[in-house]
Amino acid sequence: MLDLSVNLAGVTLKNPVVVASGTFGFGREYSRFYDLGELGGICAKGLTLRPRAGNPAPRIAETPMGILNSVGLENPGVDAFLELELPFLRQFDTKVIANISGNTPEEYGVMCEKLSAAGVDLIEVNISCPNVKAGGLAYGTRPELAAEVTQVAKKHAGGVPVMVKLSPNVTDICEIARAVEGAGADALSLINTIRGMRIDINTRRPVLKMNTGGLSGPAVLPVAVRMVWEAAQAVSLPILGMGGVSKGEDAAQLMLAGASAVAVGTALFADPFAPLRVRDELTEIAARQGLSAVSELTGGVTPW
Amino acid sequence: MKVERKCKVIAKEQLTQDAVSMTLNVGDMLYYARTINGQSIYPGQFVHIKCGDGLLLRRPISICSWEGNAAEGSLRIVFEVKGEGTRWLARRPVGHTVDVLGPLGTGFQTTPGPYLLVGGGIGVPPLYGCACYTGCSSTAILGFRSKDRAILLDEFDRECIDVHIATDDGSMGYHGFVDALVRQELEKEHHYQGVLACGPKPMLRSVAKVAAQFGVPCQVSMEERMGCGVGACLVCATPMKDGSMKHVCKDGPVFHAEEVDWDA
Repeated sequence: MLDLSVNLAGVTLKNPVVVASGTFGFGREYSRFYDLGELGGICAKGLTLRPRAGNPAPRIAETPMGILNSVGLENPGVDAFLELELPFLRQFDTKVIANISGNTPEEYGVMCEKLSAAGVDLIEVNISCPNVKAGGLAYGTRPELAAEVTQVAKKHAGGVPVMVKLSPNVTDICEIARAVEGAGADALSLINTIRGMRIDINTRRPVLKMNTGGLSGPAVLPVAVRMVWEAAQAVSLPILGMGGVSKGEDAAQLMLAGASAVAVGTALFADPFAPLRVRDELTEIAARQGLSAVSELTGGVTPW
Repeated sequence: MKVERKCKVIAKEQLTQDAVSMTLNVGDMLYYARTINGQSIYPGQFVHIKCGDGLLLRRPISICSWEGNAAEGSLRIVFEVKGEGTRWLARRPVGHTVDVLGPLGTGFQTTPGPYLLVGGGIGVPPLYGCACYTGCSSTAILGFRSKDRAILLDEFDRECIDVHIATDDGSMGYHGFVDALVRQELEKEHHYQGVLACGPKPMLRSVAKVAAQFGVPCQVSMEERMGCGVGACLVCATPMKDGSMKHVCKDGPVFHAEEVDWDA
C-alpha cells in the first residue's frame, strides 16, 4: 500500500497535492465540485491587513501555454478571513495554509499574530507578488528585506510554521533562499509568477490594464523545476514546489528536484478537477516505480 | 455535485458570417444546476467551454435557450467567432463532443413580464432566453451593425409581442442606436416590469441611463475577460458604484444597472 502522506515543516499532508494561493479563492467555489478533504492542503487567497479592491480589469491575458494575471491582491482582509472564511475551510479534513502580504514588516507581524491565534496549519509569507506597488516583490528580490520580513513573521507566528513564498524574478534564487533560512523560515514555496507582458497588435495597447502581470501555467514549469532544484541544494528547508503543474509527471519532476509537496494553480481554470487528477497520476507513477511512499521522490534527481 | 460534462454537438448552423448557433446535449447538467442554485437554469447564465487542448482558458458563452428535463437536456448557444478559441468551437462538427462547465453565473431576475428586452450584436442571444422565460409577453429592441449581421429575428418574432430593429448603417429598421428606440418605447408604454439588456458596455450605459430617466428598473449583462468562470480567481472584476469590486462570472454577468459604476 503506497503511502501518499508527506511532511511539510512538521505538518502532515495526507497527500502531496495542494492548491496554489490565488487560484482557489477560499475554497467555496470548488467545494461545489468535490470534497475539499481530498486535497493535501489549501493555500487560501492572499490576505492583507486591510481589504483591497485590487487592480482594474482586464486582469488576465492568455499567452502560449500560459496566462498573465494582474489581480493585485484583491481580498477582504485578514479579519474577514478569520470571521467568515476560516470556519468554512475548517469543515474539511485538509490543511489550511494562509497566505499573507504586507506593506511593512510590522503588517506581516500583525497578520501572523491573528492567524496564529485563530489556528491555521501553516502561514505562507508572500514576498513575491508582482502586481502590487508597495511591499510584495520588493521584499522578495532583496535578501536583507526578505530576511527581515521572515524574522518578524516568525516572531509573531507562535507555533505555526512559516513558509516563505519566493519570487522567480531574481538573478540568484539561492541567495534569497539562504537569507530566508537564516532568518528562521520553516519552509519555502516557489515559484510565484514570472513578470510578463502581452500587447494587442491592433490597438497597440497592453492587454492587461496594469501593462504587465505575472505569468503562470505550463510555460513556467521548467523554470519552476530549475529553481526548486537550485533552492533545494542551497538550503535544508522543505519546499512546496509550484509553477505550471497540470499533470502527475509535472508534480513528480518538482518532487525529484527537491519539493516535499506540490501546488496546482492555473490548471484549475481549464479543469476544476486538476488537483485530484494530478494526485492520482502521481500515485500511479510512484506505484509504477515500485516506491512504498510518494515522499521517496523528494530530491531524487541524479544530476549529470 | 460536479457540473462539468462532455456534451455532444447535436445541431449547428452558421447564422451570419461570424455568428454560429450550436445546440449541445448536456445530459443531466440542468438537474445539477437546480441542486446548486436552489433553482433551475435561468436566462443570462453562461457555459464555460474548453476550446481545444492548446488553450488554457475556457471560453464563456451565454446560453440562448434550453429544452428538456432534468435527466436529459439540451442548450442552444449562439456565439461570434472572435479568436482562436471560438474558431475552434465553431469548427466542431455535429456528433463531436465538447467539455462544458455550467450553467454558471447569476442571470436575469424576472417575475412574469412584460419586459423590454434590449440586445446589441452578439448580446442578443441571451435575451431570447428572456423572451421565452417571460412567457411571450415582452417586447424586444435589437440592434445590429447591419442587416447581414442580424440574428434570431424569427425566434424573437415568435416569442415577443413586438420586435423593433435598429442598425448602425440603416440597412434594416431604425437607422441608429437602440437607446433611441428604448426612449420611444418607454415614452409610449408604461407597463414594463423592467428593462433587460445585453450588449457592448457603451450601449448598456446609454440604455441604463434612459431606463433610469423613466424610473424603470434595468438589469444589464456585463462582459469581462474571465479565468476560472466560477468566482475563485477574481480576474473578471467590474467596479461597483459603492467602490467595491464584483465579479462578472459569479456575481454577474447580470447586474442591476444602478449598482454598476458606469464612469469607471
